[in-house]
Amino acid sequence: MKHMSTKLSLALSLFTAALLVPNRMLAQAGTPTMNFDSVNPLTLPDDIYLGEVGGVATNSRGDVFVYTRTGHPTMSLASARPFVHGGSRLFQFDRSGKFTRELGQSVYGFLFAAQVRVDPQDNLWVVDEYSSMVMKFDPQGRVSFLLGRKPESIPNPGERGGGGGEGGGRGRGGPPGAGAPQDVFNRPTDVAWDAQGNIFVADGHGNARVAKFSKDGVFVKSWGQRGTAAGQFAGVDSIAVDAQGNVYAADAGNARIQVFDNNGTFKTEIKNVGNAQAICITPGASQVLYVSNSNPPADLDTGGEIYKMRLDGTMIGKFGRAGKLPKEFGTVNAIDCRTENTLYVGEVGNFRVQKLTIH
Amino acid sequence: MKRCLAAACAAVFLSAASPAFAQAKATIVGVPDIPVTSVPNFLKLPAGDNLGESVAVATNSKGNIYVYHRRDTTRLFEFDKNGTFTREIGKGYYGFEFAHSVRVDKEDNIWTVDEGTNLVTKFSPQGKVLMVIGRRPPAVDGPVIAPAGPNTPAQKYILCRPTDVGWDPQGNIFISDGYCNNRVVKYDKNGRFVAQAGSEKAGTALGEFNLPHGLQVDERGHVWVADRSNNRYQELDNNLKPIKEVTNLGTGWTLCISPGPHQYVFFSNSNPNGNPPGSWDNTGEIYKAELDGTVLGKFGKPGKNQPGFQVVHMLDCRNPNEVVLGEIESWRVQKYMLQPSPARPSAVR
Repeated sequence: MKHMSTKLSLALSLFTAALLVPNRMLAQAGTPTMNFDSVNPLTLPDDIYLGEVGGVATNSRGDVFVYTRTGHPTMSLASARPFVHGGSRLFQFDRSGKFTRELGQSVYGFLFAAQVRVDPQDNLWVVDEYSSMVMKFDPQGRVSFLLGRKPESIPNPGERGGGGGEGGGRGRGGPPGAGAPQDVFNRPTDVAWDAQGNIFVADGHGNARVAKFSKDGVFVKSWGQRGTAAGQFAGVDSIAVDAQGNVYAADAGNARIQVFDNNGTFKTEIKNVGNAQAICITPGASQVLYVSNSNPPADLDTGGEIYKMRLDGTMIGKFGRAGKLPKEFGTVNAIDCRTENTLYVGEVGNFRVQKLTIH
Repeated sequence: MKRCLAAACAAVFLSAASPAFAQAKATIVGVPDIPVTSVPNFLKLPAGDNLGESVAVATNSKGNIYVYHRRDTTRLFEFDKNGTFTREIGKGYYGFEFAHSVRVDKEDNIWTVDEGTNLVTKFSPQGKVLMVIGRRPPAVDGPVIAPAGPNTPAQKYILCRPTDVGWDPQGNIFISDGYCNNRVVKYDKNGRFVAQAGSEKAGTALGEFNLPHGLQVDERGHVWVADRSNNRYQELDNNLKPIKEVTNLGTGWTLCISPGPHQYVFFSNSNPNGNPPGSWDNTGEIYKAELDGTVLGKFGKPGKNQPGFQVVHMLDCRNPNEVVLGEIESWRVQKYMLQPSPARPSAVR
């Protein structure tokens, strides 16, 4: 039910997205518009194509990683249980944008790219929304740590609740979206860490919670369920942690970012950011928060701008709008802000990454 | 009479299985035959390589030929003007699942229309993605069962089994959409929605469609649509207001409009998928006409072997005397040399 499985429900969800327009219109009107430039930072080999960009991230050397929905997601016809393979790839480019290599070829959990993030040790963390896994790769590109397990199979088409699918974590009778006290996710979207290395998973589009694990992967706690009250989520679309360990969870469906302390106690919410689908907090002493008011794929005519703000939610400025041209955005799903005024932005709608310089 | 009955029976039989495949005999009479020759072994693939269902073919200004075909996966191949394979574009591209159309614009950008991913993609002449219109249904939503009942409302930026693409001289983009919407959509050159004719609902009035299956735009900016299940073609103005329909050329599968100061329109009454008994006798021919609708002649007939056709799905007419034809059922692309039409007195135009 919460797992959209028919074209009708897809249309309904898009319709619901359209109803969010008033929310997105709430995005702050008095905010100054910032000047910015955009370049296409990546040079792709002739036989490599980006699809929908789930994630883009840089490491400490300036290498650029792109986790993208591309190729042919495939359902095998083998038995009563349909198996799903492929559909996403992870590419590395050097700081000049030259293609370096592909990572994780044939990895079991690469189905539907949600996000890639780089931790302070330059490990890559790959989040996949369909395998419901968080996969850590060491800087050499080898799988070194996993959270979650890919569902063995998916429901048969037209069969209600068949197969093993849905990513599990349905809470075993708990509140909707609360998930289970373990690393079983349902369409996770993002991952972040605090200074101690604790792991925070945005879980996500099937569940509606934040799950915290120790740096060794021991489940600590999770918080949230589906809803609109403080501490509840329509979904958790993106996540970031500041230097103090506060957790920022983007709740796009409720047009807000919720801020929690390190243990999940609700502190405040940042409203007026629209459909907050991608967030990023800059490193360093004086941190700022970037938020994308991402347009839904069915609508290119409202929203789409990115906000720069202080961690308390005070607006600094905004830039861009929805569209297909350079300096326009097609459903931003990822922002890398390692350098405060140099952003890498990944788009679902335009199959591309833009490198932005904010003035 | 017998022949008509056979065709009618075939149509009824097919419509029971799938209404979209019904095929009509053209009612126009007295159309002269245009003398043609088919170029033997036109496309030369690497040894051991094959085309699949060659539903889409187009040429660029250099004479390069692009074939967008359904094979192990859907593939886009480029050939030089001599028909020699040069390269593949879009290997592993997310927007390729089930080919339907490829067209080349004035700047030699290559546009694919994919009926499986619901995406229209603009590739640069070098083969890089420049623009994407529509969205592929996300795999994470699982296998999508087509819902019974009426189509869901058409959306500005979401396509539903789109079929073809064209551009006016200003670069506005027109898309026929398609098998589950029944509309023509106009976007500006930057991909912003401008207008649509038709909707998700099929209809028979002018400006309504029942499976808009092919689309071209002439130099005046008029939009021509092969309105397949309505057994007609429609001409719309640049704002998608209907101008006229052409109803005597059989089932409107696809069409092509040649460039230049004197444009011709080619209409294909393609023989139906599955080739039911009798269909070879009264379908499959291609008509050449003036933009004003005057039919100049016809050529071609079905057949498994060259120069026969097995369901022409698209034709390229950059040179109206050298037409390139893509066929579904014989996994083949043919080049036909046509005897040029005699010059017309300019007063007629």
